[in-house]
Amino acid sequence: MDKEVFEHYLNTNRRHFLGKMAMGMGGVALGSLLMPDLLTGKKAAEEQLPLGLKHFAAKAKRIILLVQNGAPSQLETFDYKPKLNDMFGQELPPSIRGEQKLTGMTAGQESFPLVGSKFSFKQYGESGTWVSELLPNIAKITDDICMIKSMHTDAINHDPALTFMQTGAQVGNRPSIGSWFSYGLGSENQNLPAYCVLLSKGKGNGQGAYSKLWSNGFLDSSHQGVQLSASEDPILYLNDPKGMDRETRRKMLDHLASLNQLGYDEFGDPEIPAKIKQYEMAFRMQTAVPEITDVSKEPDHIKKMYGPDCMVPGTYAANCLLARKLSESGVRFVQLYHQGWDQHNDLVGEIKGQAKDVDMASAALITDLKQRGLLDETLVIWSGEFGRTNYCQGKLTKDNYGRDHHPRCFSIFMAGGGVKAGMSYGKTDELGYNIVESPVHIHDLHATIMHLMGLDHEKLTHKHLGRRFRLTDVHGHVVKDILA
Amino acid sequence: MKKIVLQLFILGVLLVSCKEEGQYASIPQKKVPDRVDYNFDVRPILSDKCFNCHGPDANKRSEDLRLDTPEGAYGALKDSENEFAIVPRNIEKSVVYQRITAKDSSNLMPPVDSNLKLSDYEIKVLKKWIEQGAVYDAHWAFSPVEKPQIPNTDSDWVNNEIDHFVLNKLDEVDLQPNEIADKERLLKRVSLDITGLPPTPEMRKKFISTNNTNAYEQIVDELLGSDHYGEKMASHWLDVARYADSHGFQNDQLRTMWPWRDWVIYAFNENYSYKKFVTYQLAGDLMPKKNIETILATGFNRNHKINQEAGIIEEEYRIENVTDRTNTFGKAFLGLTLECAKCHDHKYDPISQKEYFNTFAFFDKVIHRPKAMGEVLAEAPLITITDEVVEKELPFVNKKEPEDIEVMVIEEKADIRTTHILNRGVYDDKGEIVQPSTPESVLKFDTLVYDSNRLGLTKWLFDKKNPLTSRVFVNRVWQEIFGEGIVRSSGDFGMQGDLPTHIGLLNWLSADFMENDWDMKRLVKQIVMSSTYKQSSVVDDKKLAIDPDNRYLSHMTRLRFSSETIRDHALATSGLLNEEIGGRSVKVYQPDGIWEAASSGRGILANYVQDHGEDLYRRGIYIFIKRTTLPPVQLTFDAATRDQCEVKRQSTMTPLQALIALNDPTILEAARVLSETLIQEESTVDEKITEAFGRIMSRTIKPQEKEMLVGYYHDQEEAFANNKQKAKDFIEVGEYPILKGRDEVKVAALMQIIHTIYNLEETIVKG
Repeated sequence: MDKEVFEHYLNTNRRHFLGKMAMGMGGVALGSLLMPDLLTGKKAAEEQLPLGLKHFAAKAKRIILLVQNGAPSQLETFDYKPKLNDMFGQELPPSIRGEQKLTGMTAGQESFPLVGSKFSFKQYGESGTWVSELLPNIAKITDDICMIKSMHTDAINHDPALTFMQTGAQVGNRPSIGSWFSYGLGSENQNLPAYCVLLSKGKGNGQGAYSKLWSNGFLDSSHQGVQLSASEDPILYLNDPKGMDRETRRKMLDHLASLNQLGYDEFGDPEIPAKIKQYEMAFRMQTAVPEITDVSKEPDHIKKMYGPDCMVPGTYAANCLLARKLSESGVRFVQLYHQGWDQHNDLVGEIKGQAKDVDMASAALITDLKQRGLLDETLVIWSGEFGRTNYCQGKLTKDNYGRDHHPRCFSIFMAGGGVKAGMSYGKTDELGYNIVESPVHIHDLHATIMHLMGLDHEKLTHKHLGRRFRLTDVHGHVVKDILA
Repeated sequence: MKKIVLQLFILGVLLVSCKEEGQYASIPQKKVPDRVDYNFDVRPILSDKCFNCHGPDANKRSEDLRLDTPEGAYGALKDSENEFAIVPRNIEKSVVYQRITAKDSSNLMPPVDSNLKLSDYEIKVLKKWIEQGAVYDAHWAFSPVEKPQIPNTDSDWVNNEIDHFVLNKLDEVDLQPNEIADKERLLKRVSLDITGLPPTPEMRKKFISTNNTNAYEQIVDELLGSDHYGEKMASHWLDVARYADSHGFQNDQLRTMWPWRDWVIYAFNENYSYKKFVTYQLAGDLMPKKNIETILATGFNRNHKINQEAGIIEEEYRIENVTDRTNTFGKAFLGLTLECAKCHDHKYDPISQKEYFNTFAFFDKVIHRPKAMGEVLAEAPLITITDEVVEKELPFVNKKEPEDIEVMVIEEKADIRTTHILNRGVYDDKGEIVQPSTPESVLKFDTLVYDSNRLGLTKWLFDKKNPLTSRVFVNRVWQEIFGEGIVRSSGDFGMQGDLPTHIGLLNWLSADFMENDWDMKRLVKQIVMSSTYKQSSVVDDKKLAIDPDNRYLSHMTRLRFSSETIRDHALATSGLLNEEIGGRSVKVYQPDGIWEAASSGRGILANYVQDHGEDLYRRGIYIFIKRTTLPPVQLTFDAATRDQCEVKRQSTMTPLQALIALNDPTILEAARVLSETLIQEESTVDEKITEAFGRIMSRTIKPQEKEMLVGYYHDQEEAFANNKQKAKDFIEVGEYPILKGRDEVKVAALMQIIHTIYNLEETIVKG
């Protein structure tokens, strides 16, 4: 059955449904984990998916999306362009720029001098993948990853570009990619949300990452991304108040349940037993979540692999380690945002620290998953929201420069979950401005990710205000060349 | 209509039998009606499965065939003058029928790659429709409102016209309406629906003790006269108007639109007619008798998001703003998805891309900031509100700060620019020049009658021949009270929208609303005076089986409070509520670090600076809304994101909501303060619990409930007495001053009982 029809059916008959459930009849999985307990029996959630929802055999079961928020320069990381060093200070040829609109920040610039990377590049692994000296640990795992150098997007500013990457549209209240997976596949764990979000800040110029980006849009709000924080309350309002111990809380829930039962006896509204179940799940989350978020019991070799920061809550490294734990526990979609990649000026100074923040832990995450035998079923994606210009923004000196936003090309990498390992895909021109081979649009990336998760991006739809919406709108092609 | 009812009945019965077999996921078979109706049976199928390629969108039309008009369907096919898509009463010759039943998949319609498929039921309906003459009717929502005859029903249950319509439909499915709810629950319901607040203990006492037959009506009038009525009505309007306290992009800077929000509350309380209310907001700057109040009201169309990022392309975002105003106009006032016609002709509704840009043109003549202003609170055009202005002209603006306030408004310059169709909706891909006008299928925009500006647009909107304005608003008022509108898709009255459950009732109410000068308070009163409204919310198995969604209104639906009401209820019943109306938005308790973690660190909203004192106890509609990082409690309880115009909220149930109810200091503090209040009273534990329960639930505690809670109290008292530190810790919540010399163990024990009551299912349900 179509997902959409199925949910419609559930919604229209929710009360009736819940009524039967309350009497002990189970057997159906709802999209998300935030509601599942009332409807599921003991089978794994996946076995109970609505018929026909999985469109293909899935390669990946879970996703970890590492958002490099602010847009890392592809020219200092993965897209090696020695020609730019040769042409230092020369004007960007108008023929190369073509019709490209510039941002308000450089549109007024009189000159667009080309500038090459201050950081050296080498080829690594059997695959011979180019990586700059800024990312020595990622360089070591090139044979496990698929590098895409031909990503492009429609948006030229942070907010619209991030929103586009997250929702497939630059504006409008559309569901985030994680919400789509929660909606389409549900979760594998009864006590954790299907879609978790982790935030960290780097040292570089930052751009915000905010709840709008993990919004459920027009999907049911149970598909909302749930932000886990580094504070004592890993999920907002998770902890009991002061003076309240578990036993007292348990007693309260028992009284609540008895009193609510009286209400059910009077009104017969099936929402009442459903609510009792929600409280029970909340109670279980209170123990389950802190167990997951506590990384202190990880063995030393793991801590070492992720680097010393992984013991500092709220850092990118700690979040990578936490992402592994969450994913391992069955969270369908874990998303990290790491701020600080917006190097309009002082790129040389800022990007070092920024790269250092993420290099070790990003590589460790992939290695860790691989060692546990989980990489095959977990898709890891490392990506910014757009690329950066090959010309300098602001003052160009021999030692330093800045780069503006550039939507026409950028580099990302993926690992595990059914993508080819040890591959570089797509090419840009020798000045690193335009794509010359195998372009991959954001919609194509979305289509490909869905494919790897066993979903047809044209079929996973939700009808809202008369129209069937998809993550990929009316676009997107699966990039078959990178499928393992 | 009876046929639909029967179908649903059968559907319901089948559902039950399916369930018995445990086959939850199978869709029951519906019975094809004896006489198919184009609007109710056929068009939903065609619209959903065929119009995408054979509908109103000329650019995407396949084979030059359109099935949304009789001319298109009956005419000869493109390549064959002897073949016809539909030949009325002739299945064999109707190519449509042959194609939808084709065995050969390459011939099948809809095509396999469309992912659309007709069900057996749908094929049967289309077959019967063709056999019965393939008659097309105009879309119901685009036909002018005609006041229908009131059905004759003979029952003591009926109180006003609404009830005749409802009872008439209930008869068709053999369901009986419920009796009137008990007085206490009815009072809770009506008080919440009119003011958003639970009844005060005095009100409850008065209402319960009287036997006066007019007592209910007196209460209704009293509630409608309260200034809290305006706040309740405003809370929905703020969603419609996408009101917020920040600009909505990137650094998400502060904005100061709250004086506009104060005006909205004032306008509702003054009972402005809907016509005046909307005219001020859409065209207050163009009115012959304009003044600062009418201009302030135009802030409605500046509530959209504004991108202040340094790198933006100015024209792109100007177009984005005009688009937002156009789409909001469509959704809020016409109940249409106009936005679907921005990039191409509408796929389902008779709205062309040109008509989209005709409508767009009204909002395109507005002065836009000359260039990016940087991160300012208000961008031109704006008005400055000084103390003097407040005193003389805008007394309803609750301005306490000495600084002047700048509020963004609309200012027109008729010849400022020409408006073009934007090809594919792209901001710089200009096509044909267009003039201000509206979609003709709704009502022709006759320039001899209406001026070609926003004031003319409001005249068109409130022309009694306009089929949508009244229906759409009446439907939303109904929705806010019953949880669902008579048209459930309250934002889509078009072809893909839901059909009305009670079309006669909707038409009657809409006509009556117009006849009575768009009087909003009168409309609310009319609804809450009906027996339909006053019914109890008890359901039984028969009602659940036949009509699980309560489309027929055989009982009142139990509805969870909105996020604002949950808060207001806790504050009001604990005695903490600050009843002040209007003023700048407030920052209440919120877990630390949410804004800080999500922001870039720039701008005055990078850090959350919580308010203190009385500001902590303001009503939910005054909570500060930072668009990119919404207040977490609101977000979890389904508040609108204020990203764009929203006309209906979701109502979900998640464990995250349970965590908030259990652990949010707002609720805990309410429990603590009410406990302290009751501890001071000279009364027994029984009496204290009875009093707390009565205040919070707005009803008398039942013996069984009392027994349970009193027993629980003694248990907790003992537990806290054995661990006084825990009692001390537990009651240390919230900034409200503590009761001096309190018995900490007793306060903690009673607080625990009260907190339990706050967490009961019934507490936050309008039942």
